[in-house]
Amino acid sequence: MPWTKVYSNKAEFESALSDNRELRGLAYKDALLEATSQLLEADETVFVIGEGIDDSGGVFGSTKGLHLKFGRERVMDSPLAENGITGIAIGAAVAGMRPILVHMRVDFIPLSLDQIINHAAKWRYMFGGKVSVPIVIRSMIGRGWGSAAQHSQSLQSLFTNIPGLKVVMPATPYDAKGLLRASVYDGNPVVFIEHRWLYEHMGHVPSEPYTVPLGKAIIRRTGSDATIVAVSYMVYEAMSAADILKNEGIECEVIDLRTLKPLDAPLILESVSKTGRLVIADTGWKETGIGAEIIARVVEDGFGALKSAPERVNLPEAPTPASPALEKAYYPGKFEIAAAVRRAVNKG
Amino acid sequence: MKEDILKYGLPTLTRKTLIDMYAMMLRIRMFEERIVDLYPEQEMKCPVHLCIGQEAIATGVCLNLRKDDYVFSNHRGHGHALAKGSAMRPLMAEFYGKVTGCSRGKGGSMHIIDVENGILGTSAIVAGGIPMGVGAALASSIRKEDRVTVIFFGDGAYDEGALYESFNFASLKKLPVVFFCENNFYATNSHQSARQSACRISDAASAFDSHGVCIDGNDAIEVYKAAEDSINRARKGGGPSLIEAKTYRWKGHVGPDADYEKGCRPKEELLYWMERCPVKVMREFILSRNAATKDELAEIAASITDEIDDAVKFAKESEYPPLSDLLTDVYAPVKEPL
Repeated sequence: MPWTKVYSNKAEFESALSDNRELRGLAYKDALLEATSQLLEADETVFVIGEGIDDSGGVFGSTKGLHLKFGRERVMDSPLAENGITGIAIGAAVAGMRPILVHMRVDFIPLSLDQIINHAAKWRYMFGGKVSVPIVIRSMIGRGWGSAAQHSQSLQSLFTNIPGLKVVMPATPYDAKGLLRASVYDGNPVVFIEHRWLYEHMGHVPSEPYTVPLGKAIIRRTGSDATIVAVSYMVYEAMSAADILKNEGIECEVIDLRTLKPLDAPLILESVSKTGRLVIADTGWKETGIGAEIIARVVEDGFGALKSAPERVNLPEAPTPASPALEKAYYPGKFEIAAAVRRAVNKG
Repeated sequence: MKEDILKYGLPTLTRKTLIDMYAMMLRIRMFEERIVDLYPEQEMKCPVHLCIGQEAIATGVCLNLRKDDYVFSNHRGHGHALAKGSAMRPLMAEFYGKVTGCSRGKGGSMHIIDVENGILGTSAIVAGGIPMGVGAALASSIRKEDRVTVIFFGDGAYDEGALYESFNFASLKKLPVVFFCENNFYATNSHQSARQSACRISDAASAFDSHGVCIDGNDAIEVYKAAEDSINRARKGGGPSLIEAKTYRWKGHVGPDADYEKGCRPKEELLYWMERCPVKVMREFILSRNAATKDELAEIAASITDEIDDAVKFAKESEYPPLSDLLTDVYAPVKEPL
């Protein structure tokens, strides 16, 4: 299916396009923009708020020009007050709106943890279901060009630990559009984490509105020897690793997790039951990260399914360094994933 | 009406308003005092933050509000809810952890909700509810409603950054908000002077180009007047105000006991403020102006006693939530897009 296909680069997508003229190509950032625009168009309770969202860049293009179309009352720049603005968006959500809040870097979210963890995540439960908090908090993982320790973090694991939150990390343009729409209508607080390096990725995106359900992972490539569960940008690295390994006679099944919370454990277990080997490729750190949770769930729910010890590909246990030399060494990619799969296969 | 103005000094302050004010203050006082009486039974298994001594504020403010106006409160919120229109039954049942409570027993005394009366939930994180209140006002503003949002907080919340972030935004967008600081001088046991360089909370309004005023929070009429002014200003699009009302809590930060015995505060300070009891002040005002007789006021007290008796009976006889409630309401059911 064209919408499940992952295109590693623009050239690959354009070559697919020449085979199928009906495919409509859109970059990840434009898919987000289109989803937001369609939501604003159709639903007057939707509004967008965040620092600099109406500037000329428009959050790397993903909110570009929306204020011209819908006005600054619904597409509003905000003061540099992450906790306050997050609480304001939460309050508006409780009062019946569907805000899309944008923190331009994941690193800025820690300023607003009180409002996310103590308020958004609790508000429905704490009041016996009398109200809900339909808010989407969009944020972007940065990487490269010396972004360093405070502009490049993958903090998804902070949120997967909290009941009441959902965590979404779309990897493809198709999912970016469909998951954003689904998140806005989910009716719960959704932390929607994008990756800056995905913004120019092309893929098939239908022009009409559609949703991709939360909590459903997807198999991007089938294989019988090992399961690679990948998150966000690491889906592309996993696909490339699978290409490398195919030449060595190792067939990988690649699962794009898409939603981290709720976790699609059944799909992962089904795949591991077939392959017997599990590698998780995450954009974040290892300790208590999503990989730890996935392995735990596989062991709990399917203890006998594994033929060998699982492997994890994560960032090293250090903040991100700025120097290009260190930065290059910091980020794992297709080669590290391929090496992890080989270890898993060789172990049993 | 003319007679009312002469007597009470404000066109909207009629005899009926005065009586309502007294009745509501007494209702809050007696409700809280009943909790003090019942608490040693240890059936009410949740922390209670009582507002005895501060009744004039919730009362004077909420008498100016419409049912659909929003109120955001805090951990010390019983009085705000009662004054905004909440019935006693769901509140008392909530404190007893019963399924008939306003939050189905999941919130306790610090987490009161009454959506029909404009209370969309109450935070127990100091200043945590302030941004949410501004958000509700933003929602009203986007929908072009003329609702006003009043946000109650204490002098402790003045220490928190969330207040400034929220105030700046409310002022920037001219949102219909009244920031109402109940300055009882203590954050738990820490005195305002130990926490704040300049103990002039209402002055902060000027930094946000807004109206700020400091008043006597134990004088319900003064509270009423200041609130009326700020609420009208907000409703007409004049943006937010900050009202600082100086008052005093008679009980400790949490629980039914006075805390001077533990050395938290000087007893003389408490006695000074008890002399300035807001309920007593209002009662004397009403009687001195012949706005009601002692018998009429006694009837009010009797009907409040009946209401409290009924609420306590209801709460005690209600069921605890079923254990199946443990995992409900964590998430809202997913709705299909429009």
